[in-house]
Amino acid sequence: MSQYVFIESRDPFESRDTDFVEQTALAIKERGHTVIVFLVQNGVLAARENTGQLRHLAQAGVILLADDFSLRERGIRTEELAQGIQETGIDRLVDAMTQARTKAIWH
Amino acid sequence: MKERTLTLALMDPPYESAKSTTAFRIISAALDQGINVNVFAYEGAVCLPLKDQAPHANPVKGTSLEEEEHPTTKAFVSSLLAKGNDKPRLTWVNCGLCVDERGAANVVDGVRRGSPADFFKMAGESTNTLVIPTK
Repeated sequence: MSQYVFIESRDPFESRDTDFVEQTALAIKERGHTVIVFLVQNGVLAARENTGQLRHLAQAGVILLADDFSLRERGIRTEELAQGIQETGIDRLVDAMTQARTKAIWH
Repeated sequence: MKERTLTLALMDPPYESAKSTTAFRIISAALDQGINVNVFAYEGAVCLPLKDQAPHANPVKGTSLEEEEHPTTKAFVSSLLAKGNDKPRLTWVNCGLCVDERGAANVVDGVRRGSPADFFKMAGESTNTLVIPTK
């Protein structure tokens, strides 16, 4: 089994193609691989509880991480994050990307 | 523990996108973890280490050069190269054709000229490769 790391940098309210990450992540997860979605830059706007954006990914067992620096820049507090989303530093992304059998995809 | 190496391909020019900041943060975090980093700067990204960049005052806010402390990408690149000057090692290669197109040959110390063949070699020898495209 492989590990896939999707780095989502786009605002879901600005870019319709953020669906690409959700659909691809779900399809890979269904095939039994480990999937991480790391939200960074405007991608963290999807992490707020009141958007309901990442519900399907969380329910499917995709690991959802939100970059702390990007959250602070946008005034998003930890308590505003949807259930299943972990606030983390970028060092976690680096560590995930440098594990064996890992594919990293920027979006 | 086996030595790890991360290769990044960057394409955005300076002051264009938050992606440059994120890339610098990834490089810094990797070096902090003892991970070697290769950067292949392509297209506008070859201007990130351009030595001719100059900080400026901010006439809108009325701040001086010193008060503004305007960050330049060349300073970030220099700092990262200093951080990765041995073990772990940061290797920064600028695409030569992209440099010539942009007249961007005057770069900070530690940056070398190369070609996409270097990127191919780096990727083949790395634990993983991340391409950060312009779109």
